[in-house]
Amino acid sequence: MSNEWPLWEIFIRGQHGMSHRHVGSLHAPDAEMAIKNARDVYTRRNEGVSIWVVKAENIAASDPGDKGPLFDPSNSKIYRHPTFFDIPDEVGSM
Amino acid sequence: MELNEALERFALRMGDNTLILGHRVSEWCGHSPVLEEDIALANTALDLIGQTQLWLGLAGELQGNGKSADDLAFLRDAWDFRNLLLTELPNGDFGRTMMRQFLFDAWQSILLPRLAQSPDARVAEIAAKAAKEAAYHVERSADTVVGLGDGTEESHGYMQQALAYLWPYVGEIFDTDEADDCLAQAGVVPHFSTLKDEYYALITRVLTDATLDVPQDDFAHRGGRDGMRHTEHLGHLLTQMQWLQRAYPGANW
Repeated sequence: MSNEWPLWEIFIRGQHGMSHRHVGSLHAPDAEMAIKNARDVYTRRNEGVSIWVVKAENIAASDPGDKGPLFDPSNSKIYRHPTFFDIPDEVGSM
Repeated sequence: MELNEALERFALRMGDNTLILGHRVSEWCGHSPVLEEDIALANTALDLIGQTQLWLGLAGELQGNGKSADDLAFLRDAWDFRNLLLTELPNGDFGRTMMRQFLFDAWQSILLPRLAQSPDARVAEIAAKAAKEAAYHVERSADTVVGLGDGTEESHGYMQQALAYLWPYVGEIFDTDEADDCLAQAGVVPHFSTLKDEYYALITRVLTDATLDVPQDDFAHRGGRDGMRHTEHLGHLLTQMQWLQRAYPGANW
């Protein structure tokens, strides 16, 4: 058995209506302590209204080696960016 | 006893408790077993020092001779301090620090919400702010006491030892004098005797969850809250905490 506590990835919601954002990771013995540790490590300056913690081992990640096939094909598809529309001023910032 | 004098004594005791324990907890900064606990303990220490500023600020105001919270913190000697002996005891190992923290947090988590209802606005305001911090502190320290007590055989042993060492310092929490009676009579602060059952119920529940044997001995060391007989540890703590103001009077930054 490893003596290390498991690693947790921490997500914080900055304000209501925003999405949770990944802010970093930390070690903790269980989910409850991970939330407490996240509160102490990542919200000291009033950064959050909600905390999610996920065990790092439960996150499936894309392989950096697959970068080419995964992402390069979208490079040349400029028509996917909605930059060809004139947006009326009344719409404001989008 | 006059109400103002009683309240001054009360504020001094509240502020000295949080000052001395806050300093003790701050001693862990950079030394905790893991980074996460290090930051959490430093946060707790800062919360306690923040509360100190308010309570000692009020004490100074009631004394009426122009002393600030800083004056009271840094320019008094051991015999003038009115903190519980529990708060000045050395940290020992991490388990003992967390046990001491829990025994104190449990008390604060019961007392402060009551004080937040005080008809004295100054007391109520300080307590309302401090009560939120105490509610988090006790959740955290109780979890750690349970985690370590109900952990491995080794951690269980450390926690049982810590409890045995600290237990004789718990009883002083419920000592009262004429100032406490006066405040209770005026309805400003509840009489501590009315909170005793709730306190022992809370710590018994957590210590039982932690699979620890709760000592039945009710012997209590006294002499902190009346300043008559502090432990030898307080003087050593003050030499650390106060040296800068004493070596460089009035230093400021």
